[in-house]
Amino acid sequence: MKELSLHVMDIVENSLNAGATVVEIKIVEDSKKDLLAIEIRDNGMGMDEETAKKALDPFFTSRTTRKVGLGLPLLAQAAKTAGGDVTVHSRPGEGTVVKAWFKKSHIDLQPLGNMAGTVASLVALHPDVDFIYRHVIDGRLFRFHLREIRKRLQDVPVNNPLVVDWIRKFISDNLKEINGGAEGWG
Amino acid sequence: MKSIEELEKIREQARELINLRKENENKTRIVVGMGTCGISAGARQVLLAILDELKKRNISDVIVTETGCIGMCRFEPLVDVIKPNQPKVTYVNVDADKARQIVARHIVNNQVIDEWVIPNI
Ligand code: FES
Repeated sequence: MKELSLHVMDIVENSLNAGATVVEIKIVEDSKKDLLAIEIRDNGMGMDEETAKKALDPFFTSRTTRKVGLGLPLLAQAAKTAGGDVTVHSRPGEGTVVKAWFKKSHIDLQPLGNMAGTVASLVALHPDVDFIYRHVIDGRLFRFHLREIRKRLQDVPVNNPLVVDWIRKFISDNLKEINGGAEGWG
Repeated sequence: MKSIEELEKIREQARELINLRKENENKTRIVVGMGTCGISAGARQVLLAILDELKKRNISDVIVTETGCIGMCRFEPLVDVIKPNQPKVTYVNVDADKARQIVARHIVNNQVIDEWVIPNI
């Protein structure tokens, strides 16, 4: 993966394969603490403790046919090379929480990349899931809740191409704004 | 800050198009491979390009969905086009530019682009 936003896409796909109907993505950037943190929380079927631990292990993952896939080990690797780490908390029947953190100034930190593209893509492919996306940059918050969008659209589906395009721009513009107008969100 | 109120306008636009096409029951499907290696190889950009092209052409009767890993890493990103009453066509190593052409030539003009296709996956 070239961008952290692609890791996010992949981890969320895991959540959806595990039957999640609500997925929360939270990203916190804190310059003072030199921290970038990503949290993905779902209400999917969850895993027992042992499976959750092993989900981070690429050798375990590639030898089974489970749907967890290679995404988590890849994310863990990206985190470790950038002075951070990944934890997975899960319980059968109670969903899964994946937390990844990185040293924001680390030279090997992958760019966060196109989060607007990731969220818009997820909405396009999974219109029935309630996506909640929060992004905090040095205390400035942007919050996106697909349920609010759905309510406004009434009978128009959220995966209509016009709507998906609007969502992508909506997120991109607002991220630029909380980022102080800086470029780099695409 | 861009506000959620603008959605009203989008809703009206989308509704006009949907009403025009309500009769059309037999829908074309476009399926993008969204396994780990698909995503890593650029499937997100491919998907966004397809949606953008559909939007520009006012096509709202095509269903865009995903499939997971089918064990063909080196051919990712993969895109299937399934037209009603026609065999599935699988495009391999798709990028954003190819994706736009697939919409223009295959979806709109009904011409399979043979050189990008793998038969019978
Ligand atoms: S791991 Fe799925 S095709 Fe490569």
